[in-house]
Amino acid sequence: MTDTAAGAVNRKNTATAEQMDFKTKEGIWKVLVIACGLLMIILPLAIGAFLIYRGGATFTKYGHSVLKFLFSSNWNPADDMNGGGHVGAAVYIVGSLVTCGLALLISVPFSMAAAIFMTEIAPKTGNKILRPAVEIFVGIPSVVYGWIGLTILVPFIRKIFNLNQGFSVLAAGIVLAVMIFPSITTLSADAIRSVPISARKAAYGLGATRWQVISGIVVPAAQPGILTGIILGLARAFGEALAVAMVIGKTRSLPKSILSPTTNLTSAIASDMGGAMEGGEYNAALWSMALLLFIISLLFIFLVHFVAMKGAERNKK
Amino acid sequence: MRVNDNTIRADEDLYEMQADRIDKSLEKDADHTDDSTASRVSEKFSVKDLNLHYGTFHALKDVSIDIDTNAITALIGPSGCGKSTFLKTLNRMNDFEEGIKIEGSVQLDGQEIYDRAMNPIELRQRVGMVFQQPNPFPKTIYDNVAYGPRIRGIHKKSELDEIVEKALTEVGIWDEMKDRLKKSALGLSGGQQQRLCIARTLAVSPEVILMDEPTSALDPISTMKIEDLAMELKKKYTIVIVTHNMQQANRISDKTAFFLLGELIEYGKTSDIFLNPKNKKTEEYITGRFG
Repeated sequence: MTDTAAGAVNRKNTATAEQMDFKTKEGIWKVLVIACGLLMIILPLAIGAFLIYRGGATFTKYGHSVLKFLFSSNWNPADDMNGGGHVGAAVYIVGSLVTCGLALLISVPFSMAAAIFMTEIAPKTGNKILRPAVEIFVGIPSVVYGWIGLTILVPFIRKIFNLNQGFSVLAAGIVLAVMIFPSITTLSADAIRSVPISARKAAYGLGATRWQVISGIVVPAAQPGILTGIILGLARAFGEALAVAMVIGKTRSLPKSILSPTTNLTSAIASDMGGAMEGGEYNAALWSMALLLFIISLLFIFLVHFVAMKGAERNKK
Repeated sequence: MRVNDNTIRADEDLYEMQADRIDKSLEKDADHTDDSTASRVSEKFSVKDLNLHYGTFHALKDVSIDIDTNAITALIGPSGCGKSTFLKTLNRMNDFEEGIKIEGSVQLDGQEIYDRAMNPIELRQRVGMVFQQPNPFPKTIYDNVAYGPRIRGIHKKSELDEIVEKALTEVGIWDEMKDRLKKSALGLSGGQQQRLCIARTLAVSPEVILMDEPTSALDPISTMKIEDLAMELKKKYTIVIVTHNMQQANRISDKTAFFLLGELIEYGKTSDIFLNPKNKKTEEYITGRFG
């Protein structure tokens, strides 16, 4: 009798000990997960703050106007702490805009066609062959794209258009187009795939042809997802440095046509950051360009959310 | 008269209304019997020895049936009996299924549906379809109805306006919809959506409307409205309806076909099928002994 009572007490003790152990374990994991979550929030905020601090120096410490930075093409910052140079980054900004715009113009039609083909026209081949093929595209490092562009595309453009050199907006646009093609394609294909079968059946039931179903029902219904893909592709193109730097020609002048060489924000930062004196005007101007890239990518993210929200709203009302 | 619809039990008034309607439809059927030789009735579809295989599965076995013009034909039977499959052979919506093989003859106004000469796109314009789940396009109410006419090349606004108003009036929701035509159709209630889907089908002026359990996803009141609508529409259109609800078949159809395991067991006037079924299986099914 006393034996069993003692046994019961014993058991109870071990149970509470296990429970304690369980609680501390639970607590440790909780702290760890919260810390990771907070880091995810703090890190981009810290990067943003740092960019504002360093990039803002151009406008505060060296007293240049934001408008001049954005719209003047007079770029001659002093590489010292005294300042007094010119920081018009318009050439870089235009270079980025033009190459990305061209990349979109080339990539969007191809991506849309590929997305429609692999979902609507040949879903079997699409899933088995095209999807993995497109995913391989994503895995290719940008330096490889750039190098191939440099050895094949640049000489090809020079030959075809009979130019002195093939480095050009066109070369950069094509390389970027190939790079963003997979993101736009996969996101568009996912969006198209998520259009309910019932909507397609309804349209076929009304005597629509396959093309009418695709253009009139499927693509409009998938539009928010497709737009998201395009914006994310654009964001990737905007941030790409290496591959573009290798084929754009890095010539600091506004491009006269898509065949002329120019330069852009990312290649300027990548190539000049090592040479500029820490804390000098040149250095600050480069940081301002980085800040500009940061703001633009933020804008893209907001745009993605805005489009998604609009899409959800449209389907609700 | 057996009334065992779950939905009716819930609401006393509704019970009365529906019972009343059942009586009326029976009376009407009785009237029909008197002038059954009237030449008005001719067949829209003529199906002979139809066999359909999904891969190795024999889904329809030697089905022969004539479907009357300007009448409602109900297809009943337990799940998997082939009634929906049969319905889809009538406008070739089966074309989208894989591994399907069809033998036999299906004629629409004497024209072979599975002939090379028949364009399935054209066929589906003549034989419209309403689905089990209301499936409006994620577009505005107006664009939903105008979709059919538009893909047929009608783009003039005045013409489209007229078609939309006419179709929505026909299904009885014009007054509710006329001030919200530019709002998304997805915001409508299930019953409104289903009537919108019927309006969308009517907008291309079909000859036949196939309905695949059009009320199974709807509440009793909406169901009643769709049933009334079907009875109204049969004046202009031929209607074939698949239903799990035997009371529904009894209430609205002129003829009923009972399918079991891919075979057409019995086909005849609805009043005959429900009051004196010839086949024992039919009787067992409609009295709820299986299914």
